Amino acid sequence: MKLKEIMEVLKAEELWDFPTDFKVYSAGAADLMSDVLMLAKENSLLLTGLTNTQVVRTAEMIDISAIVFVRGKRPESEVIELAEKLDIPLLLTELPMYEACGILYKHGIKGSSQVEILQK
Amino acid sequence: MKSYKSDKKYLYADRKDKNHKGKFLMSMRFDISGGNLDSAGEASSTIKSKLKQLGIGYSIIRRVAIASYETEMNIVLHANRGTLSVYVAEDHIKIIAVDEGPGIPNVELAMQEGYSTATEQIREMGFGAGMGLPNMKKCSDQFEIHSDIGKGTKVMIVIFF
Repeated sequence: MKLKEIMEVLKAEELWDFPTDFKVYSAGAADLMSDVLMLAKENSLLLTGLTNTQVVRTAEMIDISAIVFVRGKRPESEVIELAEKLDIPLLLTELPMYEACGILYKHGIKGSSQVEILQK
Repeated sequence: MKSYKSDKKYLYADRKDKNHKGKFLMSMRFDISGGNLDSAGEASSTIKSKLKQLGIGYSIIRRVAIASYETEMNIVLHANRGTLSVYVAEDHIKIIAVDEGPGIPNVELAMQEGYSTATEQIREMGFGAGMGLPNMKKCSDQFEIHSDIGKGTKVMIVIFF
């Protein structure tokens, strides 16, 4: 599923101007950064309710394709600036975590543990 | 706890590495200040991009990135200050983190998944899940930790290519 399609199904807003015409293969959802580090795979989407700069840093460490902030929690401008600098797309959806995950799963986005690591 | 403390070989690992600098393809050292959340993660970010420039394989970089990031965050969240050093050799990468801080009273307990002494403030930031040390170990081929109460903690991580 392409990021632009994900944006449509989650009715998500772009938090900075990034390309959306790339594929996302899997997703993981967590509010604890250590869990994100171990769960997520590269080319993967991260859904989280946490909105600080460490989310972006954590995503950078494991080459997350894009971050989706759920429950309409908007990050501070410095978080968006850091993501733009590190070239990590940020999306914002009003949907709660469970619903956002459910919708993506229904559209065929697998969980991070269900896909093999994709070599870049 | 005793077994961790008695590991003298580890205590000299840092010094030994400095003396043998010529053997390393690259070495980096970062000063990390405790409590400085604004720049937390910057050292690991630099490490990651330098390793990419060296042409090191993706899965190795990923393990180093996770291990260095967890160690860096541990220093920022728990210690007063510390250093994070990375040595790239022919067949392995070594990460050494040394901090001045409260130390870990029970290392064995701290190595258990889910055990954490993190404050509410740390947890609100998404850390303190009690997975930091276990995550570091999972990413390592060799993992050593030594902690002195009231002085600080040293961690050595080796990842082979």
